[in-house]
Amino acid sequence: MSSVANMNSITKELLNLIADGEIDFENSAYNIREDGGCAGRQSSKNISIVPKTDNPGIEIHIKPNTKGETVYIPACVTHSGVEDLVYNDFFVGENADIVIVAGCGIHNDGHSESSHNGIHRFFVGKNAHVVYKEKHIGVGEGEGQRKIDPVTYVALDEDSVLEMDTTQISGVDSTVRKTSGTVGARAKLLITERIMTDGNETAYTDFSVTMDGEDSACDLISRSVAKDNSHQEFRSVIKGNTRCTGHSECDAILVGNGTVSAAPELFAGNIDAALIHEAAIGKIAGEQILKLRTLGLTEEEAEEKIIEGFLVG
Amino acid sequence: MLKLENITWSVPGGEQILNGIDLEIPEGKLTVITGPNGGGKTSLAKIIAGLETPSAGKIYLDGEDITDLDITERALKGIGYAFQQPVRFKGLTVRNLLELAHGGKLSEDKYCTILGRVGLCTKDYIDREVNASLSGGEIKRIEIATVLARTNTKLSVFDEPEAGIDLWSFSGLIEAFKELKEKTNNSLLIISHQERILEIADEIVVIANGKVRTRGTKEEVLPELLADEKAMQCPKGKKVYTA
Repeated sequence: MSSVANMNSITKELLNLIADGEIDFENSAYNIREDGGCAGRQSSKNISIVPKTDNPGIEIHIKPNTKGETVYIPACVTHSGVEDLVYNDFFVGENADIVIVAGCGIHNDGHSESSHNGIHRFFVGKNAHVVYKEKHIGVGEGEGQRKIDPVTYVALDEDSVLEMDTTQISGVDSTVRKTSGTVGARAKLLITERIMTDGNETAYTDFSVTMDGEDSACDLISRSVAKDNSHQEFRSVIKGNTRCTGHSECDAILVGNGTVSAAPELFAGNIDAALIHEAAIGKIAGEQILKLRTLGLTEEEAEEKIIEGFLVG
Repeated sequence: MLKLENITWSVPGGEQILNGIDLEIPEGKLTVITGPNGGGKTSLAKIIAGLETPSAGKIYLDGEDITDLDITERALKGIGYAFQQPVRFKGLTVRNLLELAHGGKLSEDKYCTILGRVGLCTKDYIDREVNASLSGGEIKRIEIATVLARTNTKLSVFDEPEAGIDLWSFSGLIEAFKELKEKTNNSLLIISHQERILEIADEIVVIANGKVRTRGTKEEVLPELLADEKAMQCPKGKKVYTA
């Protein structure tokens, strides 16, 4: 077990951004990844974190019936030229009800590219409930690119629920986010993704969810803002192979020369699969800005509030 | 308080809607503008709030020429405006909008007071998004609440506040307008066709064909309005208004 004292100062700053400074180092299970190494790790009575033996990364084992605990597994890249690849597997026991706080921060003050590729797999046991929060952020003044390419696989057992809340608000030059999963009987997968890009940043999102369990459900909500010359692409495939419900909602706001491509796909492989998709891309409605201006906000303040609400709300 | 001089406005590249409106809205009074559809009432309200720019004429607030001020500047000078057709926001909650209107956080009691005035329960609505999940009546009430939540307002303009409001909440709304006038000494300008709103007016202004057709107290104007209404009914009972 490592000590958190090993963290460098940049990691501490990044952790504040990723986890909003809420990590409870005294009582929680955690693993702090720093520049490809371990800067701190602690297991708890019910949550065991062990290094993988086949690949870089860890296994997180959550005992059945664990309730009310939070496990933190953030990753930080603190300088230029780091290429980090990690495999993290989560095994959530039956009837557990827990929160996982993940995310990645890259600080790049140099000229070389820094990247983090986190490959996460979630195996959620029967009747378990998991809230997964993931925030990605890039900081630093260097010309080197900041890249984050997460790959997430989810397997939900009967009656389980996984709520994924992922956010990338600023500073990541390029991201490719791939999420796939299977949803068991009466299980629910709820994903909310919020992305804002500016400058020349690019973001590519790819969701693929298959519902094989009867009465399973999937709700996928993506809200994105593309500013300046940034570009985003959104792809989603929801497959319903049995009696199930699937919903995806992709909304994007364009600011300046930002561009967004959205291509949702639904496949109903059963007559009782009820699948819905909604999508809307466009600039901020002029009337929204007018309304906020009648409350005393300037046009710029109004735009900022509308975007903030759109992404956070 | 608010003075309009010879306000003229045309739809860009099109029809003239307002044709030389002269009007004074006195301080601390409730003025109701009424008149036939298409007569220019909403256009006038938008011009007062700065949403439209008059092609001619002047607007004075407490003696200051505000004709060239934009929407934000007029709002900061104390002009509040409730849209006839409220705007929906994906992501912004009722709480967010009320905070923006007030210029900061409010106490839970204050939220209750404001939303209660428009017939909404804070518990049910304060954290709801102001989006398509709200009905027309709900969103209308929230729109009115954003004007009630404002501070340092000198003139509050409500464009057809009765639209979409049920009868039960309507009485509360009438009380809210009365209270706003009495407790704050605000000037209120309400665009309305509703007789119960006309009844509480200190002055009624009838606008038709882009002009002020008549104005006066309710005692002076209401009988004439009602007589006109009767006279203008077609043989099948359909109301026909003319200027």
